[in-house]
Amino acid sequence: MASPMTPGHQPTIAAENGRAARPVAVPSGAPLAVRGLTVSYGEKPAVFSVDATFPAESMSAIIGPNGAGKSTLLKASLGVIPLLSGDVYVFGQAIEKARERIAYVPQRASVDWDFPTTVMDVVQMGLYRRVGLLGRLSGRMTARARDCLDRVGMADFAHRQIGQLSGGQQQRVFLARALAQDADLYLLDEPFAGVDAATERAIIDVLKTLKAEGKAVVAVHHDLSTVRDYFDHVFLINVRRIAEGPVATAFTTGNLQATYGGRLAATHLDELSPTGGA
Amino acid sequence: MGAEFVQFSLTPILIGIFAAIACALPGNFLILRRQALIGDAISHVVLPGIVVAFLLTGMVAAIPMMIGAAGAAILAVILIEAVKRLGQIEPGAAMGVVFTTMFAAGVLILEQTDTSQVHLDVEHALMGNLESLIWFRADGWGSLLDPAALASLPDELPRIALVCALVVVLTLVFWRWLKIATFDEGFAQALGIPAAAVGFGLMVTAAVAAVAAFDAVGSIIVIAMFICPPAAARLMTNRLAHQVWWSVAFATLSAILGYVFAGYGPLWFGAQNAVSAAGMIATVSGVILGLACLFGPHRSRVGAGRDEAA
Repeated sequence: MASPMTPGHQPTIAAENGRAARPVAVPSGAPLAVRGLTVSYGEKPAVFSVDATFPAESMSAIIGPNGAGKSTLLKASLGVIPLLSGDVYVFGQAIEKARERIAYVPQRASVDWDFPTTVMDVVQMGLYRRVGLLGRLSGRMTARARDCLDRVGMADFAHRQIGQLSGGQQQRVFLARALAQDADLYLLDEPFAGVDAATERAIIDVLKTLKAEGKAVVAVHHDLSTVRDYFDHVFLINVRRIAEGPVATAFTTGNLQATYGGRLAATHLDELSPTGGA
Repeated sequence: MGAEFVQFSLTPILIGIFAAIACALPGNFLILRRQALIGDAISHVVLPGIVVAFLLTGMVAAIPMMIGAAGAAILAVILIEAVKRLGQIEPGAAMGVVFTTMFAAGVLILEQTDTSQVHLDVEHALMGNLESLIWFRADGWGSLLDPAALASLPDELPRIALVCALVVVLTLVFWRWLKIATFDEGFAQALGIPAAAVGFGLMVTAAVAAVAAFDAVGSIIVIAMFICPPAAARLMTNRLAHQVWWSVAFATLSAILGYVFAGYGPLWFGAQNAVSAAGMIATVSGVILGLACLFGPHRSRVGAGRDEAA
């Protein structure tokens, strides 16, 4: 089932280098840390023995080629998909004890936008853990949901059916739902995929505000050209952990070469290097 | 028409309505999950379970039939998973293979056994016996207040009414979980909501509704009622709660019109005999779906603003 595109799919040498330098201790305060995480959808592991630590009060990007396990790492951290082995620590605790502290923005394409519901209804889903099965949504909570919509510039769309929104608007609604969760750690799966420039700007502003408020943001990210502008910390993955660290030290041509193999043109890499254009 | 209506038509119509609503409620969530076929599969696979339960106990009684049906449903789920994994084929095909095979096995077992003493044969399995569920002791609307007459109501009526009430309560209590686990399973799990259990619970509820309805109205109506009223309702509104109300209205309308048309429709056209009520109820629900497709206000749901391809 190997795709024809994947010779050199496993950059083993780089992976070994990465492993040699990996931190072993679990930092108790880190918003998100995984140790020895392995996830498999069948015989081939999607994520293999990954250690990662995402720092507080910062914006982290999970970067890697398609099929490298970026989303899988995120979902496994949330307990949405089962782990084959490994441990996840959220603020030093098991996930079950820290769910109130996590907000999640799934991939926009993962849901059916024809679902018969309104924008406001979707945002209120972020409150479902708090209100429980039969609890009443108080006026304060509804006001809070409206506030979150306002923060992403969607307050005027509260009563629209979600299928009538553009891709960018849908992504903003998902972000508003995560804001309604009022968490300390925000996990986003490709928040900028297929959105317009204005939405990308709006989303990054909200995320930067969250960071300024002392929250941690971890996003699966595709666009290498914006990594330096948006993020403080990167985690490079291609099934195995390739490298991680502050953008200045870890987002290097060498590490990208190791992550993407031969698929990233050298000229492209030059543009991304600190001395290059971008 | 008072006395005759109460004696011959009231109970079948009520049973039809309760069965239709009990199936339509879980059907709403099944179609939104793109699992409409599961309602169909359930109504097919429970047949061998019911037949085997009958063979083991020698009677047509609710509890053994439910247990037999549940066993068959569990077996079907295991078989579908096995065919999917071992054969590496897509889920729809795996379901198709398993449910038709199990239904066929049920029909074969049924044919080979002597069930002439009870209302359990191939014909009833398909079409039920709605027309025969009449209220012998009734002699008018007054019988509704007469304990002796009420005691002679067909067993099927309180049974399906109870199941219908149970389905309504479950739908109301688990409303939020059903909604979020159907719309965005990953997000539901991230909230700590047991989305997989919600999905399984929905399936079990659908199975219970299918067995209870099957007992009275046969498998044709069960298949139609899981899909037609909710699918028509989806075309009427863009709100989930409204959709569920519409589906209940369509289910009720199908049961009443279907029964009336089956009993009197052929006479209007000069024919001598009534036609199968179950078949007519299913047909009416299909016609309602067709009308909703043509005239429903939300039949085209491709969002006008969706110009940016992902």
